[in-house]
Amino acid sequence: MNETNLDAPIGATAERKVVLQSPGQAPDPKWVIVTRGIKREYDMGGEVVRALRGVDLAISRNEYVAIMGPSGSGKSTLMNVIGCLDTPNAGEYWLNGTLVSSMSDDALARVRNKEIGFVFQTFNLLPRATALHNVELPLVYAGIPSDERKKRAKEALARVQLDHRMDHRPNELSGGQRQRVAIARALVNRPSILLADEPTGNLDSQTSEEIMRVFEELATQGQTVIMVTHEPDIASHARRVIVLRDGEVATDDRREQFTQRLGM
Amino acid sequence: MPLFDAVRLALQTLRVQKLKSFFTLLGVTISVTFLIAVVSVVEGMSKYVEQDFAGKFLGVNTFNVRRFPDIQNDVTDLEWRAWQRRPRITPDDGEAIKAALPADARWAMQDLQWGQASSAFKTSGQQVLSMAVTPGYFGIKDLNITTGRIFNDQEDALGSNVVVIGSEIAEQYFPNLDPLGRELRINKFPFTVIGVLEKQGTVFGLNLDRQIMAPFHSYMSIITRARLNLYGVVVQASTPAAYPALQQTVREVMRKRHRLRPSEDDNFVLEGSDTALAQWLTIKKFLVLAGMFLPAIGLVVGAIVIMNIMLVAVAERTREIGIRMSIGARRRDILRQFLIESATLSVVGAILGIVLGIGLSKGVAAVSPLPAAVAPWSILLAVTVGAGVGIIAGAYPASRASKLDPIFAMRQE
Ligand SMILES: Nc1ncnc2c1ncn2[C@@H]1O[C@H](COP(=O)(O)OP(=O)(O)OP(=O)(O)O)[C@@H](O)[C@H]1O
Ligand SMILES: [Mg+2]
Repeated sequence: MNETNLDAPIGATAERKVVLQSPGQAPDPKWVIVTRGIKREYDMGGEVVRALRGVDLAISRNEYVAIMGPSGSGKSTLMNVIGCLDTPNAGEYWLNGTLVSSMSDDALARVRNKEIGFVFQTFNLLPRATALHNVELPLVYAGIPSDERKKRAKEALARVQLDHRMDHRPNELSGGQRQRVAIARALVNRPSILLADEPTGNLDSQTSEEIMRVFEELATQGQTVIMVTHEPDIASHARRVIVLRDGEVATDDRREQFTQRLGM
Repeated sequence: MPLFDAVRLALQTLRVQKLKSFFTLLGVTISVTFLIAVVSVVEGMSKYVEQDFAGKFLGVNTFNVRRFPDIQNDVTDLEWRAWQRRPRITPDDGEAIKAALPADARWAMQDLQWGQASSAFKTSGQQVLSMAVTPGYFGIKDLNITTGRIFNDQEDALGSNVVVIGSEIAEQYFPNLDPLGRELRINKFPFTVIGVLEKQGTVFGLNLDRQIMAPFHSYMSIITRARLNLYGVVVQASTPAAYPALQQTVREVMRKRHRLRPSEDDNFVLEGSDTALAQWLTIKKFLVLAGMFLPAIGLVVGAIVIMNIMLVAVAERTREIGIRMSIGARRRDILRQFLIESATLSVVGAILGIVLGIGLSKGVAAVSPLPAAVAPWSILLAVTVGAGVGIIAGAYPASRASKLDPIFAMRQE
């Protein structure tokens, strides 16, 4: 372990503080994600569930971040907000310097299409469509013509070493292969962030390792990755680990600090 | 999502769920089949009435002066009794009409009676429509002779007992023989065959090839009792333009002969192809309306079925909708997808119905004298209605689909 590396604040922690404490101000676009005081509450017939109680996050380009925390701590809720699938009740969410938290449904759909690649625990592929067609789908909604779509979908499948399984339907693929298709689909529109909510949760440990290597490689190539996971050894692939507890950020460390804390 | 992709997706869904789609389409398909077939049959009847009936049976630009209409529907008892009190049309009336006609008009007297025919080769059989006519009749009805000749004015004046016979009578009563010069008895009275008519076929169940015509002044007029009461006086105008004036002329002659005051109504009718056609148009309107009513009910049922199927489809594919939304489908993309899907479904049903409908009307044409006349407008209507039904039926399910929350939708199994 390298001491100097450990002390040097990644993404400049001081700078991060400044960005997080200037509410209402558009952050520099080098920050892919800035959330200020994000709250998400569910009204369950009188009883209010506070899934997120004010989350402040600043993630810059090319970061590889793991989000951990106990079950029910709000990890998925946070990912859904970051992924523009859900809108917060309060707080600001800036994506690439634009305020997303007040966007219309249509604008959010466009952001999901262009800026976000989402990988889910349950793969979420269309069962009746081939791998190629599944990967093409975001391009369909982007209005890209068929030839171009096919070309780019094939490229994306090649990036996850699945170009030889293009014409297979999800039920003809292994879990690991399905998740690769999902990753290819997430990447095909060249999103600014790749989100993954427990991407290895449904996979055995060996396949999980394979999938983690895919994320690792993407991160090395400069893709911004945010991943939710329960497993410390999976989180240890990331370069930064955020721990949520009761809908709040408990710790936000470099991986080395994190592993130290855990005594690994 | 581009239209083409949406239609392809819809067809794919159809292909995958063949049986379900079949039942979904049944309502629309049957309705459209019916619509196409009914319109085709009615149009066919129309053609038939206009060409065969009005042309062959009544004659072009022709009217009959009659005591009461031969073509009737919905006659009340009262009317019928009033008709029976009317003066009869007599040969004298016929002569008076002839005297008043312009030179270019054609004229004939006609009487008819069902009679029993017999020959040396056949002594019984169905009754034969036996007519006593003046020679002008052949020209007016455009009747042509295949062998022999028609009778002339002289033979009529002399009351020669000659006869021109229909092709079927010739075949039946003189099998494999030349009927010319042979004897045909009508109600036991002998006539000499001098001509055979061209084959004409059947009009409204009346076999035109089972008629025979003898001179008006021959013994036939005794058989038909023409001297007391004519079936009608037939008048033909040279052009359609001359037709109304000709009717006016004849009407005045008849009113004068019947001594009608200006305030009194005609106590005779001038029955022409125009009256027959006017009657037909009334019937046709009714048939078309009836023909539309059933498919309309079918389409409502079809629409309800499609709506239910689409609601089920939306429920079954909630997850798919969530997935699509998560990768960038806007609400209106989802709306469009399901609208296009239900419209495609319905149009496929309509196309199926068009094919079946054309088949059905071809079938009707094959087993009946009605020609198939598939109206292009009915095909256009069927496709439009099909798409319309699909869009209306799909509107509610599609709107429900588009309003789903992506996270909720993705969590469904
Ligand atoms: N749609 C919802 N309606 C009501 N409450 C919800 C809803 N979604 C999440 N919650 C609640 O919000 C809290 C956070 O849930 P979330 O799914 O974000 O947790 P998580 O950290 O992802 O948990 P896990 O590790 O089990 O996936 C939980 O208490 C959960 O019950
Ligand atoms: Mg979760």
